[in-house]
Amino acid sequence: MSVVTNTTTIGAIELPSRRNTELLLLAFAVVIPIFAYANAGLSIHGKLPPGMLTYGLGLGVLAGIAHLVVRRYAKYADPLLLPIATLLNGLGLVLIWRLDQSERLQNLAKRSFGAFSESAPRQMMYTGLAIALFAGVLLVLKDHRVLQRFTYISMAASLVLLILPVIPGLGADVFGAKIWISVGGFSIQPGEFAKIVIAVFFAGYLMVKRDALALASRRFMGLYLPRGRDLGPILMIWAMSLLVLVFENDLGTSLLFFGMFVIMLYVATERTSWIVIGLLMSVGGATVVGATASHVKARVTAWLDPFACYTKSGACEQVGQSIMSFGSGGVLGTGWGQGNSDLIGFAANSDFIFATVGEELGLAGVMAFLLLYGLIIERGVRTALAARDPFGKLFAIGLSGAFALQIFVVAGGVMGLIPLTGMTMPFLASGGSSVLANWILIAILIRISDTARRPAPAPAPSPDSEMTQVVRPS
Amino acid sequence: MNKPLRRISIFCGLLVLALLVRTNWLQYVKAEDLSTRKENRRVQIAQYATERGNIIVEGKPITGSAVTDGSDYKYKRTYLDGPLWSPVTGYASQAFGSTQLESLEDQILTGNDDRLFFDRTIGMFTGEKKQGGNVVTTLNAAAQKAAFDKLGEKKGAVAAIDPRTGAILALVSTPSYDPSVFAGNSKNDEKAWVELKDSEDKKLVNRALRETYPPGSTFKVVTAAAALENGIVTDINAPTDTPEPYILPGTQTPMENHASGCEKASLNEALRVSCNSVFANMGNKVGRDNMVKTAEKFGFNNDKIDTPVRAFASVYDKTMSKDGNALSSIGQFNTAATPLQMAMVTAAIANDGKLMKPYMVDQLTSPNVDLIEKHEPQEMGRPVSAENAKKIQEMMVNVVEKGTGTTARIKNTVVGGKTGTAQHGEGNKKRPYAWFISYAENPDGSSPVAVAVVIEDSSADREDISGAGLAAPVAKAVMEAVLKSNKG
Repeated sequence: MSVVTNTTTIGAIELPSRRNTELLLLAFAVVIPIFAYANAGLSIHGKLPPGMLTYGLGLGVLAGIAHLVVRRYAKYADPLLLPIATLLNGLGLVLIWRLDQSERLQNLAKRSFGAFSESAPRQMMYTGLAIALFAGVLLVLKDHRVLQRFTYISMAASLVLLILPVIPGLGADVFGAKIWISVGGFSIQPGEFAKIVIAVFFAGYLMVKRDALALASRRFMGLYLPRGRDLGPILMIWAMSLLVLVFENDLGTSLLFFGMFVIMLYVATERTSWIVIGLLMSVGGATVVGATASHVKARVTAWLDPFACYTKSGACEQVGQSIMSFGSGGVLGTGWGQGNSDLIGFAANSDFIFATVGEELGLAGVMAFLLLYGLIIERGVRTALAARDPFGKLFAIGLSGAFALQIFVVAGGVMGLIPLTGMTMPFLASGGSSVLANWILIAILIRISDTARRPAPAPAPSPDSEMTQVVRPS
Repeated sequence: MNKPLRRISIFCGLLVLALLVRTNWLQYVKAEDLSTRKENRRVQIAQYATERGNIIVEGKPITGSAVTDGSDYKYKRTYLDGPLWSPVTGYASQAFGSTQLESLEDQILTGNDDRLFFDRTIGMFTGEKKQGGNVVTTLNAAAQKAAFDKLGEKKGAVAAIDPRTGAILALVSTPSYDPSVFAGNSKNDEKAWVELKDSEDKKLVNRALRETYPPGSTFKVVTAAAALENGIVTDINAPTDTPEPYILPGTQTPMENHASGCEKASLNEALRVSCNSVFANMGNKVGRDNMVKTAEKFGFNNDKIDTPVRAFASVYDKTMSKDGNALSSIGQFNTAATPLQMAMVTAAIANDGKLMKPYMVDQLTSPNVDLIEKHEPQEMGRPVSAENAKKIQEMMVNVVEKGTGTTARIKNTVVGGKTGTAQHGEGNKKRPYAWFISYAENPDGSSPVAVAVVIEDSSADREDISGAGLAAPVAKAVMEAVLKSNKG
């Protein structure tokens, strides 16, 4: 009897696609927000919210579409990313709806703008758009490596995106930060999209330059300093993030860009000296800006002791209110709809939405949310580890690193751990740009993870295998 | 590239960990501190989120709650007859905080007290809304009303006590304020508040408990008690060795007498016509330290008289010179007393020397009127022996029967009292204070009421006439009200 063995080392053994796991998790991700919605409605109005059926159906349909697209076009993608994003987005909608019901915020809006408009329906619309965009990315972007071609175009695009809000007539100054542009009645935060576009540029540029950056350097005081021509873009990024900060009053975005760049540089070159240089540069930049920009100073003062200047400074009052929200929530929280986080005022459903989580869901809820975010980050890093091409690795770690930094900066800001920077919590906060950009981010991570986990194509049948077959005597 | 990737993943993990630690710090370790901070409006929001319990006088609430619209605070405090009762209740305002009973019994009134835990838990299951408990006071509505009406437009205060138990029967301060007008947090509330706060008449001050006045001649009963207790005088009808004019010890200044016939007058006679010289002489003989001792037994120099609303400390100076002590013995110089303090003095004498601790909260009850706490009358001390108390009673009755206090006489009732007009201001320039302290007896000799009245804007210039003319009728009205309600 003779046995035929395949001598190629790479087998076509399929990894489980885990699509059914994803579907099951998605079911939870839809049902949990529906229950949350019912809960909030019961506690605020004493009856089930009227839009419950449409809301539930809407979220379910959107999640279903997203799942089908993934099943069809990214079969091997990571199964956790989509359900977690759906869950966060769904709970975010409930939080926004709950804040819409606040009489206090309604009166505040009426007094300041003459009218109050609900944010939840708009957020629902943006969620629909975002999932469409998510599907679009997966359909169009069959392979993330295509993006390498757009390295320098991305650089230009990100610069344009960042500069847009400063252009007179286009930019809109809202509460002191010039990070919005308004086009035809819609306001967009280009910075949110710039985050992704610039990651493309970093990944493409660093992939090409990594050897030059890592090896062609002189040793100086224990640090490896790169050559001037390699250093150019780095200094440019540093200067750009400073400019963003100075002209747009946007501490968060500049910190995000710079942090993302340092992370990617470190991963690309494997040289610790970059971390040191990056830290030195950011400390330098922060000192300069801290000494010159008054609003940054105000935020640092508010961070040091919000209650010392509580009645005098708006920055202190906001942070103080937010911290008291968290404190009043305690371990188990007051329950959906039963807190007073709306005392924070205008930013309650955007920058400070996490304070509502803190007050109404308590320590338990906040930890659950942080762990969900942590899971997204972890799946992102895992995708980077699994990716087979350096571009994919860099891209994935860039996006997940930026995501992690954003979570840290926003949550840390509202909890008083670090000075407030004025960014929004991904998926939770009210705001179209944020929802759209973060769903694109998830789509890209799903695409990279799909490529990473996709089994290698089966080897072409080798014509030699017939001849080298060994025949054993029986 | 995987090694730095792993390190970055650890870094990201640390970021999330830092957030987790921070949220535990805020929501577990610092939660209590943050949720009760004075900046935290949730405290007031919760305070006014449910109907507040009531303060009750003779079974009827003198407070209430009303729903307010367009405000963070759902319920607003209302008061029945606010100006009449505000010295008892204090106020509870959404915008301006709370005072007195409203503040001290806030936990019961809001229903947050631990002793109401069961009610809250049961309410949670039966779906009943949270309610506050009630505070049942000792006050006598008729006496309170009589005092308030009699004081009328005049600036003054009345404190009345049941000598047998220490229960406060009336607590009036005029001109008064209506706590209802600033109970909310609207523009109108703020206007009313600012007006009251800056009012020239200090309307928000509870004069009965928290304002001290020189007690003037009414303090002579304390001096008499000290003289008897220290054996300076044993027979109240025996002549004393007081010369006319009496020169203040260590000075050239003669003590001014408004009454005549004070030379060598007996204690009884001296109190009847209110001789300054005799009591200055007695106070000097008793000596400063013994005077302080007796005064303190009556409650002077005690800054912890909680009814439960804390009364200001009345003062008898411990460090003054001899002439100061002689002046203080007739209730001038540094001596200062709250109306409550003088009511306590009167009550101790009327109760045969036993001073009962004054109190105005009789019971705390749950929303469904289950008893949570009941006050038991407590003895504060015995400033005079029963025997000497009887002697002072005899003297005080003499004052009302045949002396300066005849305007307080009540038909068929034994009444003891003492008038007073306290000089006030540098060189006696400002208007004096008219005082009257008195008690009334039941047929069995026990006394159901002791009362102290002070009126600030007396325009009289002769000692004791104003006490009798202005203050005594108020005291009489209060005593009559109490006697009448006891019979009925």
